[in-house]
Amino acid sequence: MMETLEQVRDRLLARFPGGEVTLIANPGPAAQHSLALGLNQAAAMALFLRDDPDLRLDYCSNVTGVDWPEKEIVESTKVTVPDPAGGPAKVVEQKTKRIQPGYLEVVYHLYSMALKHGPVIVRLRTGNRHDQVTVPSFTPVWRSCEFQEREVFDLFGVKFSDHPDLRRILMWDEFTAHPMRKDYVEPDDYEWEPTPHGTVLEKAKAHYPATAVAAPTAAVGAAHHTPAAAAVTTAAPVVRSDTGLETRATPAPKEGTP
Amino acid sequence: MSGVEPMFPSPSSGAHVNAVHDPFHGDLLEVSMGPHHPSTHGVFRMMVTLDGETIVKLKPVFGYLHRNHEKLGENTSYLGSMPYTDRLDYLNSMTNNWAYALAVEKLAGQPVPERAEYLRVILAELTRLLNHVCLAGFLLQDTGASGTPLMYAFREREKILDLFESLSGSRMMCNYQRFGGCRVDASPEWLAGAQTITNNFGRFLDEYEELITGNEIMMARTQGVGALTPELAISAGITGPMLRATGVNYDLRKVDAYGVYSRFDFRVPLGDHGDTYDRYMIRILEMRESIKILQQALPALPAGPIMDPKAKIRGFRPKAGEAYGRIEGPKGEIGFYLISDGSPNPYRYRVRPPSLVNLTVLEDMCLGQTIADAVIILGSVDIVLGEVDR
Amino acid sequence: MLGSGLLQGLKVTAKNLVGSFHDPERLTTLEYPEQKAKLPENYRNFPFLVSENATDPMGTLRCVGCQICEKECPPQCIYIEKSKDKKPDATGKMQVYPVVFDIDTSVCMSCQICVEVCPFEAIKMDQVFEIATKDRFTALLLDRNQLAKPNSYYHEIHPTEAAEVDARLLAERKAAEEKAKAAATPKPAVAPTPSPTATAPKPPEAPAAGGTPAP
Repeated sequence: MMETLEQVRDRLLARFPGGEVTLIANPGPAAQHSLALGLNQAAAMALFLRDDPDLRLDYCSNVTGVDWPEKEIVESTKVTVPDPAGGPAKVVEQKTKRIQPGYLEVVYHLYSMALKHGPVIVRLRTGNRHDQVTVPSFTPVWRSCEFQEREVFDLFGVKFSDHPDLRRILMWDEFTAHPMRKDYVEPDDYEWEPTPHGTVLEKAKAHYPATAVAAPTAAVGAAHHTPAAAAVTTAAPVVRSDTGLETRATPAPKEGTP
Repeated sequence: MSGVEPMFPSPSSGAHVNAVHDPFHGDLLEVSMGPHHPSTHGVFRMMVTLDGETIVKLKPVFGYLHRNHEKLGENTSYLGSMPYTDRLDYLNSMTNNWAYALAVEKLAGQPVPERAEYLRVILAELTRLLNHVCLAGFLLQDTGASGTPLMYAFREREKILDLFESLSGSRMMCNYQRFGGCRVDASPEWLAGAQTITNNFGRFLDEYEELITGNEIMMARTQGVGALTPELAISAGITGPMLRATGVNYDLRKVDAYGVYSRFDFRVPLGDHGDTYDRYMIRILEMRESIKILQQALPALPAGPIMDPKAKIRGFRPKAGEAYGRIEGPKGEIGFYLISDGSPNPYRYRVRPPSLVNLTVLEDMCLGQTIADAVIILGSVDIVLGEVDR
Repeated sequence: MLGSGLLQGLKVTAKNLVGSFHDPERLTTLEYPEQKAKLPENYRNFPFLVSENATDPMGTLRCVGCQICEKECPPQCIYIEKSKDKKPDATGKMQVYPVVFDIDTSVCMSCQICVEVCPFEAIKMDQVFEIATKDRFTALLLDRNQLAKPNSYYHEIHPTEAAEVDARLLAERKAAEEKAKAAATPKPAVAPTPSPTATAPKPPEAPAAGGTPAP
């Protein structure tokens, strides 16, 4: 049976004095807790995890990134304020806002093929989301990280020092953004479709403002237009419908009844 | 910076190979194989540097089928991602469904009734038959046995797909598993059909082996080609038949014993050499073990509900937390890593694709081989680009 | 002996060649447009809307425009606008109905989630698959008139499932009726003429006929 994560943490701390290892609890029913490693000694710690005879985590199954953007957290604390007039002290709720700094996280799921145990989950956290995004690569320790770390670099923008071949893997080389970040904005490449709604409707309005109005009565019956056709027909007086873009005819309320 | 000496350095590490101007060799030739090459099993591209006919460098190029599946998963509800998992590895939608359902069940602490667990095992083993028989066909196609073995394999695969269609409604995009069970129950007629296919499959395998396994051309083309050492395979995270062909005994059905696999008696076939022939043979032997599991599971299928009564279809919101669930797919370990923040959509949805990770060692296996061998080495890795690129 | 493996393989192919003339196990293909395979009952393709009555499909749609399927649809191919007024459905109960119900089959992936989440058994999976057209937009966008198909058709393509659904709906209707009756009995003075919303006029055979709501 594998030792507990607390024991692993204590052994890591004993082996690497001055190193940082934090146990991150997982509140969910899965209870897969994890260890966050400090970046300065992470690679050596990973090597220890792989080679230690009791752990022998020789197999790194899954490498992935997680984006945690900056979050505004409102905390309310109760403060007793003494009444200046000499009455009983009042309890006032004070709200403090603080910005929880954002960071990127790389998560490794380690197993042992030799001893058939696991997972030990290891996390590396960057300093922030824009300039301190370098973490040590684990590719020298486990070859399986090679493509997966490239993917994290590509989609999240985490840089891995010591990675032998850090290039984009899924997006093309000229691409500049990191699509899996939470604040990624998709390129404005709307293609006309007949029933836009939700966010697509917003895009549709931006691209085809002329059709973002209901069809004139002359066009009723022709259910759907291509954008060009609809643009021509808007010369007649128009009524803006609820949905904005549709050029469809609104059926009479009694339709379908004899 | 870290000072860690890599045990298995990446062969050419992305550095450019300098052209050799040697009167005896001539120049190195860089060939782009793919993305529309019939031997690459989809839109996969290899930048191959050749010295004569020998490969001196090979860099896979991905992303031609990339649709950011993981972002889609973050923007869809938990249930809404289920049909998308069918489209990862479109040969094995049943096992993809199961891996995802397993991860979500872990995340939410959702139990599964016994009948559903048995049905999952039956469907997963049928999927394994279907995938391996396809691989055997395609591998033979890659070695130049065009048509015949592939069509025999497809004939058998089609019978299993018919079973899937009559159960789930679709041949390949099954969308069958749900969190806490399965979507539709199997009728007695369906089970009888599955039993017939199981009974007949062994005979088909005998015939197929007679056709191919002892074939001299097949042996000459595959034995000793693309050999992989167990140490490198473990370090590179290779899983599935490709790992077991190198002799490493690691099968999640035994190691994790997820579902009800601990109740069945089966063996894990292991290879010796880790070459292409072993990878082919492992799959044939695994099919025989799958038949054994099916022969045990089909008669033992218990009666009862197929969905946990507390399971929710709509408005499913697991508590905040994270979970990694993995199963032994036909291609290797397929895992899903989910982070929930209590909302209807997962905060993070990650697929651990066996096809992509198994390609890590493609270059190591191909170096020093001829370009014709690269085709069958890639074929023996068994990739589906829907899963590699996601 | 070198070559014995090859000869053995040729024996297998010869067996298959000869077998394909008499053994249905070895000849598994069909001449498609002329011969058609029987579709399994569970086979699914794009969805359709169930209406109770074939003669008046728009008046007897089961759909009440609740938009659950629109929200749950993973590729977002359903578009619904619900009515502002109510009109009686097939059972005579006043209901909201979909003014617009479109499914963009160029986007739909036939995943069946709309069917699973629908609380009114109003949307089901169809079995037609020969639907190729030359027009990418209009022809693949199905509106409610094209989507509505009668319950008898549903019985034709998914007999087992449809029978279950009908039994369930009938049981629900009975339970609702009894509840309404129980609610109505303690105060017999109220409403000598039953209001169309509370105790619905029962005969389901005469669905929306004459059921035009008062303006």
